[in-house]
Amino acid sequence: MAKARIKVPGVVKRGAVFEVRLLIRHPMETGFRYNNVGQKIPKNIVHTVRCVYNGAEVFHAELFPGIAANPYFSFFTTAEASGELVCVWTDDTGVTTSERVALTVSE
Amino acid sequence: MPPYLTRRQFFSLAASLPFARPLTGRARANTPARVVVVGGGFGGATCAKYLRLADPSLKVTLVTPQPQFITCPFSNAALVGLRPLTSLTYTYQRLREGYGIQIVQAQADRLDPTAQRLTLSDGHTLAYDKLVLSPGVELRWDAIAGYDAEASAVFPHAWQAGTQTRRLRRQLDAMQDGGLVVISAPETPYRCPPGPYERASLIAHYLKTHKPKSKVLLLDAKDSFTKDKLFLAAWERRYPGLLEWVSGAQGGRVTQVDTRTGLVRTEFDEYKPTVANIIAPQRAAAIARADGLDAGTGWCPVYGGTFESRVHPNIHIIGDAAIASPMPKSAFSANTQAKVCAAAIVALLRGEPVARPALMNTCYSLVAPDYGISVSAVYTVENDTIQVVPGSSGTSPLDAPETTRSLEASYARSWYDNITADTFG
Repeated sequence: MAKARIKVPGVVKRGAVFEVRLLIRHPMETGFRYNNVGQKIPKNIVHTVRCVYNGAEVFHAELFPGIAANPYFSFFTTAEASGELVCVWTDDTGVTTSERVALTVSE
Repeated sequence: MPPYLTRRQFFSLAASLPFARPLTGRARANTPARVVVVGGGFGGATCAKYLRLADPSLKVTLVTPQPQFITCPFSNAALVGLRPLTSLTYTYQRLREGYGIQIVQAQADRLDPTAQRLTLSDGHTLAYDKLVLSPGVELRWDAIAGYDAEASAVFPHAWQAGTQTRRLRRQLDAMQDGGLVVISAPETPYRCPPGPYERASLIAHYLKTHKPKSKVLLLDAKDSFTKDKLFLAAWERRYPGLLEWVSGAQGGRVTQVDTRTGLVRTEFDEYKPTVANIIAPQRAAAIARADGLDAGTGWCPVYGGTFESRVHPNIHIIGDAAIASPMPKSAFSANTQAKVCAAAIVALLRGEPVARPALMNTCYSLVAPDYGISVSAVYTVENDTIQVVPGSSGTSPLDAPETTRSLEASYARSWYDNITADTFG
């Protein structure tokens, strides 16, 4: 199963504002819960999310334990040139994950 | 509510003061108390009946818009032709003739909590000493873009049994082998938590039997659901490849439908189903949200021991419209809440203490006609809040043999016969 889903429009006109949707699969453990034998489940949340479009950062978020599992983001940015949108996120275990999607910009 | 005094403590304190009398302790002994019950489903019908059983001197009026009631329980079975809808249809004849309940066929339109009057769609008003609201749910037409009453004629919700059930049944019947059935399940809270999953199961059973090249896609706003381990294991065993569940985390939340192009959209994907069943998000029916009864939340906060509204006195709300969490919005919950509410109303009218109730619920679901699973719990009330009795809740075992599943399917049918007899008989 994919670790995240990114959705962008098929083709965007140059200069147009378009929506990016990102859904990350992550348990977002708060560190406040206990397992069924009474041990604390260690905190493990995605704490940083960045999205880079053709080398420029277009979205940056810092997350805290109040965010539910499988965080969902939606933001808008402007189409400049065809290329790639890369979303990168890091969790408390130090694992950095990325997903990329190709973007086609028309004249 | 101030933290240092509960409502009940306040009233018992007030009653002990020299000149204060509870308003409801009726001194006029020769005037029967008037209780109006709105809604003729499992909550309303049961409450009206048990009010009269507990105190035959009460004048009980049941207001219901339909001359008969078609139950949602087992309507998933009717949907796929396992039993006729007529076998799920009940009239109020027994309540009228056997229990002396006055049945008024009308819609409850407006209420005046201060004057204690209810106005009906036919223009009549009913004065009450106690009002019980059990009107159930209404579908929210603002929750999924493009999904409103008109769209539900094309993409039925079938979440209120009757016309909608027949409509979806006709569509399933007309579908060619190889078709795609899309079901969308909402975020909680909604009526009948296991309902969408039972429905997906029984539609899969129907397709496996009659149209085996077809597929059911269950698009869900949630990442988990009641009895999910039992359902998922059963689907793996009975319907591999035929029934697929798309969780919220996989992008299953339906955000938009277009009945003209026949498209169903989630945040990430677009589907063109042959048959679409959109179980839209819900809220308490309009009369239960009148005069701020829902405190702006869409559902009605109540005191657990009496089901009296936390907003207006002398109005009790039971069934799907009430916030009775952790009890699910089920027929069984409504039935058991109705009895607790009836007992509380009788006690309050007599100025007697309200007994601490025991409430219970079982939700049976059919995965196939010979495959039943269940979840049950017993509840009590602590500080006006409903709580599960520790150790009382549980589900069917995960690794049970087929004989257990088949037995549970027969228990489900017995449960249905018993609860409908208790409610309407």
